[in-house]
Amino acid sequence: MHLGVSESMRECEYSQISTRSSTPMETPYKKRTPKKRKWESFPGRNKFYCDGRIMMAKQTGVFYLTLVLILVTCGLFFTFDCPFLAQTLTPVIPVIGGVLFMFVLGTLLRTSFSDPGVLPRATPDEAADLERQIDVANGSTGYRPPPRTKEVVINGQTVKLKYCFTCKIFRPPRASHCSLCDNCVERFDHHCPWVGNCVGRRNYRFFYMFILSLSFLTIFIFAFVITHIILRSHQTGFLNALKDSPASVLEVVVCFFSVWSIVGLSGFHTYLISSNQTTNEDIKGSWSSKRGKDNYNPYSYGNIFTNCCAALCGPLPPSLIDRRGFIQSDTPQLAPPTNGITMYGATQSQQSHMAAATPLLQQQSTEPVILTASPENGGTLPGRTSLTLGGPCTSLPLGQPTPPTSTPSLSCHEATDMLPIHGHSLTHNHTHPLQEPLPHHHFLTPEEVPSPPGMLPCGSPLGHSHTVQAGFYNPASQDSLHEDSVRGLVKLSSV
Amino acid sequence: MVQDWRKLEVVDRCVADSYETPTMAETHSLQDLQQPAVSSKVFVQRDYSSGTICKFQTKFPSELESRVDKQQFEETIQTLNNLYAEAEKLGGKSYLEGCLACLTAYTIFLCMETHYEKVLKKIARYIKDQNEKIYAPRGLLLTDPIERGLRVVEITIFEDRSIGSGR
Repeated sequence: MHLGVSESMRECEYSQISTRSSTPMETPYKKRTPKKRKWESFPGRNKFYCDGRIMMAKQTGVFYLTLVLILVTCGLFFTFDCPFLAQTLTPVIPVIGGVLFMFVLGTLLRTSFSDPGVLPRATPDEAADLERQIDVANGSTGYRPPPRTKEVVINGQTVKLKYCFTCKIFRPPRASHCSLCDNCVERFDHHCPWVGNCVGRRNYRFFYMFILSLSFLTIFIFAFVITHIILRSHQTGFLNALKDSPASVLEVVVCFFSVWSIVGLSGFHTYLISSNQTTNEDIKGSWSSKRGKDNYNPYSYGNIFTNCCAALCGPLPPSLIDRRGFIQSDTPQLAPPTNGITMYGATQSQQSHMAAATPLLQQQSTEPVILTASPENGGTLPGRTSLTLGGPCTSLPLGQPTPPTSTPSLSCHEATDMLPIHGHSLTHNHTHPLQEPLPHHHFLTPEEVPSPPGMLPCGSPLGHSHTVQAGFYNPASQDSLHEDSVRGLVKLSSV
Repeated sequence: MVQDWRKLEVVDRCVADSYETPTMAETHSLQDLQQPAVSSKVFVQRDYSSGTICKFQTKFPSELESRVDKQQFEETIQTLNNLYAEAEKLGGKSYLEGCLACLTAYTIFLCMETHYEKVLKKIARYIKDQNEKIYAPRGLLLTDPIERGLRVVEITIFEDRSIGSGR
C-alpha cells in the first residue's frame, strides 16, 4: 500500500519535472524577447545572410574570387570587345553574351545561396530511440561495441547506412557529412569552395547549369575575343590591334586557362548525371564493377534520358531545415520513461556513455584540414576517420570517462535527467535537472561521471574504434593521412 | 540576472508541486488535462527499399497496439507515402516545371511555389486532419515528417493520466 503511493508519487514527479522545465515558466519571457529564428542557432558551420534567406559555407573567400573573375572578364568583354563586334559583325553577339552572362550569374548565386539539402540533426528523442534500436539489434553482448551501421536493400543492392555521430542519425543513402560545413547533406556531391557551398540534392541542378553555362560563356568570350583581335589586326596589323585593346589580351589569358577545367568539369558532371551518380560515389567507386561483378548503381533509372531529366528537371525537393522558422521553446520534452529502470544493464551504460561522449569527439573532430567531405567509407577506408580525428584524440583516453554501471541508458539527454534521481536524495530530484540548462545536457554527462579509464576502448562503436586506435598507434594514421590528402587533392582538382 | 531569478522561480514552483502531489491529487489531474505528460515517442523510420524517394515503413509499432487500430495506422502511413510519391513523381508536369525554371535561371522559384511544396501543404493538412479525427482522441500525436527532416514520422504517446493518478 505504502509502496504503491510512493511509486505513483514518483511518477508524478517525473512528468512534473519534464513539463515544468520546458513549458509554462518559459513562455512569458519568450514573448517579451524577440523571437529567434532557427538559423540563428543552426548547429552546422554555415553563414546566413538576409535573415536566413541566404545560406553559405563558412569559408566564402574562393566564392568571391569566382564572382570577381566572372564579373571582371565579362565586364571587360562587354566594354572593350562588344562595341567593336556589334559594329563590324552583328549586335546579336552582345545580346547572346548578356543572356549567357545573366544565366551564369543567376545559377551561380542560386547554387551558392541555397540550402544544398542539409539534413537537420536528430532531436534528443529521436537519437534516444535510435540508441535503443541499436541496443536491440545488438542484444546484450557484453562490452562489445555495437556496429553503427544499418544495412538496407535498395533496388536489390545492399547499401550500408552509417551512423553519423554529429547528427545522431543513420545517414540516408547517398547522404554524407560535409566536414567543412559540419552538416549531413542529402545526395552529397562535393563541397565546392568555388561556389562557397556544398553541392547536394537541392542545388546540384543549379550547380550543373552553372558550370554548363559557364563553359559556354567562356568558349563564347574566348571565340569572340579572338575574332575581335583577328578583325582588328586585318585593319591595323596584329601588334597595333593588341595595343588598341589590351583588355582582350587579359580576357584571352583568363579564358584560355579556365576553359579547359570548366569544360572538363561539365563533361564529367554530364557523365555523372547521365549515370545518376554523385561525385562522391564516383570517387569512391561505390558502384564500379571493379568492386564486384554484380555491383551496379541502384539509383539509376536505367536510361540516360530519364537520368538526366530526373536530375535536372525533376521535382525540386524542399529545404528540410526551415531556417526561417521560429524556434519553439515549448515543445514538450520527453519525460524519462518510468520503465527506463529496466534498461540499466552493463552494455547499456556503456552505450549511453558513448552517446554522451560523442559530442566531445565531434567537437574535436571539427577541424579537418582537407577539403573533402567525410564520406561514408569508414569500413572501406579506415584512414578517413583516423585522419580527421586522429590528432586531437590522443587526449581522449585521459579525458574520457566511463560511467558507473548505475548510469541510465538510452541517451545523454536522459542520462543527465535521471542521474540525479539515483545519485542524490529525493529533494534533489526536483531541483537538479532543472538547474541544468537544457542545451548543456550532452556535454555535462561525460565530465560529471567518474570513470575507471580501463573500460574506454570497449565502448567505442565502429567508427570510433579507428579514432581511439589512431590515438594509440600513430604510425598507422600517418599512412592514411597521406592517402587522405591525396584523395583530398583529387577531389579538389575535380571541383 | 534575469536567468537566475527565473531558475529560482522554477525550482520554487517545483518544490511546491512536489509537496502538493500526495495530497492534492485532484488539482493534479486537472493540471494534467491541460498539459498531458508525454510518456514516450514512437518513430516510424524511412523505407529505402525503392531508392531515396520519401517512403515510410508501414510496419505497425507494437507500442501503439493498445491505442490504435493496426489497419488505421497503416492506412495513414500509406496515404502519406502516396502523397510523397506524388510530390516526387517524375513526369511531364514536373519536367515542364523544371524546364521552365531552368529557362528563367531558376529565378521563377522566387515567386512560384514548387509542386513539392504544394504537396507538403497538403500533407500538413492531412496530418492535422488525422490527428484531430483519429490520433488525438487516443492520446497520440503525429508530427509532420517535414519537421523532422523527412526522416521519421514521430508519434508522441501521451500518458493517460486519468488512469495513472487513480492508481
